[in-house]
Amino acid sequence: MKPARRQRLILIALMVIGIGTAVGFALKSFNENLMYFFSTTDVMAGKAPNDALFRLGGMVVKGSVQRPGNGLTVHFTLTDFSKEVAVEYTGILPDLFREGQGIVANGKLDSRGVFVAEEVLAKHDENYMPPEVKASLKQQVEGKYPPPLI
Amino acid sequence: MFLFPDPVGRFFHRMASPPHFYALTDKLMPWLVGIFLILLVGGLYGGLYLAPPDYQQGDSYRIIYIHVPSAWMSLFIYIVMAMAGAVGLIWRIKLAEIVAISSASVGASFTFIALVTGSLWGKPMWGAWWVWDARLTSELILLFLYLGVIGLYNAIDDKRTASKAVAILALVGVVNIPIIHYSVEWWNTLHQGPTVTKMDKPSIHVSMLVPLLTMAVAFKFYYVIAMLQRARLELLQRERTAAWVKKMVTEQQP
Repeated sequence: MKPARRQRLILIALMVIGIGTAVGFALKSFNENLMYFFSTTDVMAGKAPNDALFRLGGMVVKGSVQRPGNGLTVHFTLTDFSKEVAVEYTGILPDLFREGQGIVANGKLDSRGVFVAEEVLAKHDENYMPPEVKASLKQQVEGKYPPPLI
Repeated sequence: MFLFPDPVGRFFHRMASPPHFYALTDKLMPWLVGIFLILLVGGLYGGLYLAPPDYQQGDSYRIIYIHVPSAWMSLFIYIVMAMAGAVGLIWRIKLAEIVAISSASVGASFTFIALVTGSLWGKPMWGAWWVWDARLTSELILLFLYLGVIGLYNAIDDKRTASKAVAILALVGVVNIPIIHYSVEWWNTLHQGPTVTKMDKPSIHVSMLVPLLTMAVAFKFYYVIAMLQRARLELLQRERTAAWVKKMVTEQQP
């Protein structure tokens, strides 16, 4: 390689590495702000703001979804498998909302420690499979039925 | 060229010659279009008809056959563009500069398609058209980077200078590529984690995966076709005073 070309190659490599390092440090220092939501453990530890709106993410605890009255109000509990937070929401839930599903709710804590949500978003997981496969997986996990005979 | 064996070096050297590139791409084009159409029809038929519905999303998940390959292409094309830009800067190869700028608008289109299809899917599934999480925001920045590259190129009249400026901008933006890819792992995001491009086994059933990969290869072919067409045009414009262009034009007119 000719010296001039080698010099340009080194310059470009240094530029890319330099920018990468700078952006890496910047992102590291803004790490907290780049989180889209707080986990339930964060909320219980008092890391979430008290009077301001924030987002809370977690799994809907199985069997916790209750609808008191005939309205659109729904109560459920979110968990990150360590701490649980009670959530109250009035409105239309997205298609993917169900028990055992991850969701992200936007709202604030009230004086009882209940998270009053203004908006509920479903977080889709990265698994794609046909319904039959899901059903047979479930049977195998639960162990109630013998695995299907093909 | 100490990095490559001799035949590879000779191949690139020949490819870098404008008349040879123009003639070769002319011959390749029907083949590329043919393979692209076969893959596209096969992928769409497999994805929209043969693949089973998802256990949670039903048929709505089928948008991944457009969304996911487009998003992959938006990253892939950016890397190609930046590398071609770097080759142009280091070796001053005119064709590399042309490949870099011809990739930009194709990449911008794929980024736009990924953002729009994601948004259309997000409304019924998440409950929101758009959220400012790390994945969506970094992908939007990628679109602005592409648009910046196109705008900067057109703002400078001397195209060799423009290519240098564009290559530096593209190389600066490369830092965004790993951020987009790993955003769903580094931070809490609403966007789901990777399904296919991870070390572990893909978490998608094989009957859904095969059409997805077919579409990904089809989109790669589309990119090559669209980029080459733009590159040929750009090449003719830059070389309009060159002898080989004059010869070609006079030979075609009887």
